[in-house]
Amino acid sequence: MLKFIIPLLLFIILAVFLALGLNLNPGEIPSPFINKPAPNFSAPQLQAPEQKLTPADLKGKVWLFNVWASWCVSCRAEHPVLNQLAQQQAVVIVGLNYKDDPNDAQKWLDTLGNPYNVSIMDQDGRIGIDYGVYGVPETFVIDKKGLIRYKHTGPVTAEDVQQIFLPLIAKLQAEP
Amino acid sequence: MKRLLFIFLLTLSGSSYALDYRQLSDPKQQESYETLTSELRCLVCQNQTIGDSNAELAADLRRQVYEMLEQGKSKEEIVQFMTDRYGDFVLYKPPFKGKTSVLWIAPVVFLLMGLIAVFVFIRRKKAAAILHPDAGTLQRDVEKQKKIRSLLEKGDRS
Repeated sequence: MLKFIIPLLLFIILAVFLALGLNLNPGEIPSPFINKPAPNFSAPQLQAPEQKLTPADLKGKVWLFNVWASWCVSCRAEHPVLNQLAQQQAVVIVGLNYKDDPNDAQKWLDTLGNPYNVSIMDQDGRIGIDYGVYGVPETFVIDKKGLIRYKHTGPVTAEDVQQIFLPLIAKLQAEP
Repeated sequence: MKRLLFIFLLTLSGSSYALDYRQLSDPKQQESYETLTSELRCLVCQNQTIGDSNAELAADLRRQVYEMLEQGKSKEEIVQFMTDRYGDFVLYKPPFKGKTSVLWIAPVVFLLMGLIAVFVFIRRKKAAAILHPDAGTLQRDVEKQKKIRSLLEKGDRS
């Protein structure tokens, strides 16, 4: 009897591991930033390069930090979702225009609409490195104290907004 | 004309693989640069080091490593800088800690399990052979053995 049970058990264990492996997404890398302060920057604004923005300017507000670029194909898919979220005015949306040409970026906002309260420029990708950006688009949710509470890799979908972002934003808005 | 075209194509094939090359003045730092770029993972390509990859992010990370070395930062400080931002995944050799312990221990456990299984198997075989010397051999083989023995005893007369 044992002769059959042991191989069967081994097979089940192996099958469970393989099934887990199939369902994991290797593109999703756990972010070490959760509950850490948002890294500092001082970057020129896309639409007013003489003015700079730092995270300190956003203290006391819940904000989304969305990494985008005009060369990024998935950002195009994400854009209408952000436009819709912006209409609800539930949260401040800050864009990080990552390794992009300012003219192309401006054209993109003119044709597709501008969901961002403000966009800042990161032409050489240094702010991107500080935020551990490895794929565009990425979206961070930052609370009133300036702590990163959530990171989303890849395009945000309408379901993500309903199921993850809006409940989280409501919770963070309620915090002191 | 064909030859010219061929030569032209050859020049193209070379340039497409050119990575940026950086030279640090201190040979020790140059060595650190080379080990670091071969130990840090390019996160968009996932199975290449930042030294091997042509991806833009890899180029940015190489520049970051280069600049930090120039500022006199140590290897450990640079690795810390990278893991603070990208997590342990950026390292090809993950550190030993709670979350990664299974990764490090599992191969040893499997090796031990295999050795024990082989040991038990051999022991059983030996015990069985002592108890029943003929067990496991086919009747045909037993007959062959008898024939061989009898032939040997009689001697070869041919």
